[in-house]
Amino acid sequence: MSTLEIRDLHVSVETEAGPKEILRGVDLTVQSGQTHAIMGPNGSGKSTLAYSLAGHPKYTVTSGEVLLDGEDVLAMTVDARARAGLFLAMQYPVEVPGVSVSNFLRTAKTAVDGEAPKLRTWVKEVKTAMDQLAISDDFAERDLNTGFSGGEKKRHEILQLELLNPTFAVLDETDSGLDIDALRVVSDGVNRFSASGDKGVLLITHYTRILRYIKPDFVHVFVAGRVAEEGGPKLAEKLEEKGYVDYVGTPA
Amino acid sequence: MTTDTAQQAQHGLTEHSHGAGAPDHGGSAFDTVASFDVADHVVPRGREEEWRFTPMARLRGLHDDAPLDGHDYEVSVEAAPQVVVETVEATDPRRGSSGYVPNDRISARAWAEADKVLAITIPADVVAEKPTIVRLRGLSAEKAAAGHVVITAERFSQSVVVLEHEGSAAFADNVEIVTHDGARLTVVSLQDWAGDSVHLSHHHVNVGRDSVVKHAVVSFGGDLVRTSVTLDYAAPGGDAELLGLYFADSGQHLEKRLFVDHNQPNCRSNVLYKGALQGKKAHTVWIGNVLIRPAAEGISTYELNRNLVLTDGARADSVPNLEIETGEIVGAGHASATGRFDDEQLFYLMARGIPADEARRLVVRGFFTELINKLGVPEIAERLTATVERELALGEGLPAATSTTH
Ligand SMILES: Nc1ncnc2c1ncn2[C@@H]1O[C@H](COP(=O)(O)OP(=O)(O)OP(=O)(O)O)[C@@H](O)[C@H]1O
Ligand SMILES: [Mg+2]
Repeated sequence: MSTLEIRDLHVSVETEAGPKEILRGVDLTVQSGQTHAIMGPNGSGKSTLAYSLAGHPKYTVTSGEVLLDGEDVLAMTVDARARAGLFLAMQYPVEVPGVSVSNFLRTAKTAVDGEAPKLRTWVKEVKTAMDQLAISDDFAERDLNTGFSGGEKKRHEILQLELLNPTFAVLDETDSGLDIDALRVVSDGVNRFSASGDKGVLLITHYTRILRYIKPDFVHVFVAGRVAEEGGPKLAEKLEEKGYVDYVGTPA
Repeated sequence: MTTDTAQQAQHGLTEHSHGAGAPDHGGSAFDTVASFDVADHVVPRGREEEWRFTPMARLRGLHDDAPLDGHDYEVSVEAAPQVVVETVEATDPRRGSSGYVPNDRISARAWAEADKVLAITIPADVVAEKPTIVRLRGLSAEKAAAGHVVITAERFSQSVVVLEHEGSAAFADNVEIVTHDGARLTVVSLQDWAGDSVHLSHHHVNVGRDSVVKHAVVSFGGDLVRTSVTLDYAAPGGDAELLGLYFADSGQHLEKRLFVDHNQPNCRSNVLYKGALQGKKAHTVWIGNVLIRPAAEGISTYELNRNLVLTDGARADSVPNLEIETGEIVGAGHASATGRFDDEQLFYLMARGIPADEARRLVVRGFFTELINKLGVPEIAERLTATVERELALGEGLPAATSTTH
């Protein structure tokens, strides 16, 4: 069993007017085998949390810690965090012209496993994963995320999740911009991942819609850079009815 | 256009008129003095259109009157059987057989001062089974030298010629490439100079009837390397592919100039130049001029320049220019794009476990693979890939270009 522990995390970004604090003391512990939903209004700092866990250089951790099985994640480089078993499905995946999807996947797989995958089984594995996510074969030779639609990008994030097979997945609004069929396909992918072993999922979302397909064990309401309330799946139902009005004063 | 942010320019068919230019090179954008007489070419000062990107102070006076009588280099040749490589006198009739007339002072000076000519001839009907490689190794950049090469691909021959340049030199040369009816010829000029070298090179390609020419310029090393390729057609039916690969590091100036003169009907030209840049004051320039003369009916032409800026402080200039004097053509287009490998891309790849240097390699390899494959010379493909990797290693540890978006 693995544990991802976030303790009193404070994060700021550099703005023209000086540093601005976005995360104001986040405490959250995810055990493998659990799915946690983080729900919150726009601008509450959800992506900031996700990026900070992955080590994006734009975000400065001013205090607090993140531990993966006791190891100091914040001391690791971005690539080392991924190799340690953390995965971030991004809200806005980046286009990388010139690098084909298949080349990228093979390189990433080699990096996280520390050895190149066996060619024959790897090709099959990729093909199966693509089929399951309804990604057509020709995407393998396209440039990474380049010219992909919003929904295609999201499906490719989940493709990577399944192929790279981390211990903890942080999914930043993987549901937004998906139509109902794509949402189902993507949710199935996340559920396959959860079922594939002892995995932890941190599901960041603005809407409760995806929680019909991915069942969280815990729900955290995220407001103004910290967890304002937490509870079981029932909390999501309350949010479904009332939105974030109780937390921010206006319906969001 | 000058770009240091990602931008794209796409132009389809454009028509515009212009005043009378020099009879040799026609169009308004292509006004150049063509003459064998050095005195006809005034010493450029750097303000001139053709010189405005070039750091004149680093030309070591080659554009002025610096002597070109050095001989501090050695040449070695690995010729394919049946391909004839000879050193001949400057009076040899092959010299000038491309129809080329020097179009700037350095070219005219090199023409005047080169006392010997390296003549490479692929006799009619010969199908060379391996590339012919000429390796010029500079021993010192102190005294400048002039060179002249004539490559003649006779009727229906098929061959690959590689001109390699390495070591230290200050070198000005003219390379004439002539193909006869139906010949298929690939010429690769590789500049892998040491860091103190200056090389100013003019290539003129004269494409024969139904001949297929692939011409490539590959520039890695050297303080300043400026190549000018001009191409025209001796008869209809010619097919030219002009390729370029360049990789500029800190402080390097690599300038690639092209002029494709569509002076015959039913010919084809296709230009693809790709460059990568890294480090402070790495500078590349690409100028792609294409002129479609009234006689050039039924031709098609396309030119594309792509640059990849890997770090801040590097600058890529790219200027495509198409002038069309007849509407009766199959197609004409050009595009230029300068993209950046920015820190968002780097973050994305690293977030998938890929170390920073590997991420950079992945992007650059992907960028150049298509071009190296297009060259179609397996004997040097591996070496080019290795040289690209070596160049990348020089940039290891440099931060990616600052992203412009978030
Ligand atoms: N460079 C910056 N300068 C100023 N403010 C910033 C900067 N980057 C982020 N912020 C602010 O930080 C806050 C949190 O942003 P974040 O993207 O983490 O929110 P989010 O909860 O993911 O929102 P969404 O639901 O829209 O995805 C926002 O108010 C945003 O405007
Ligand atoms: Mg967000």
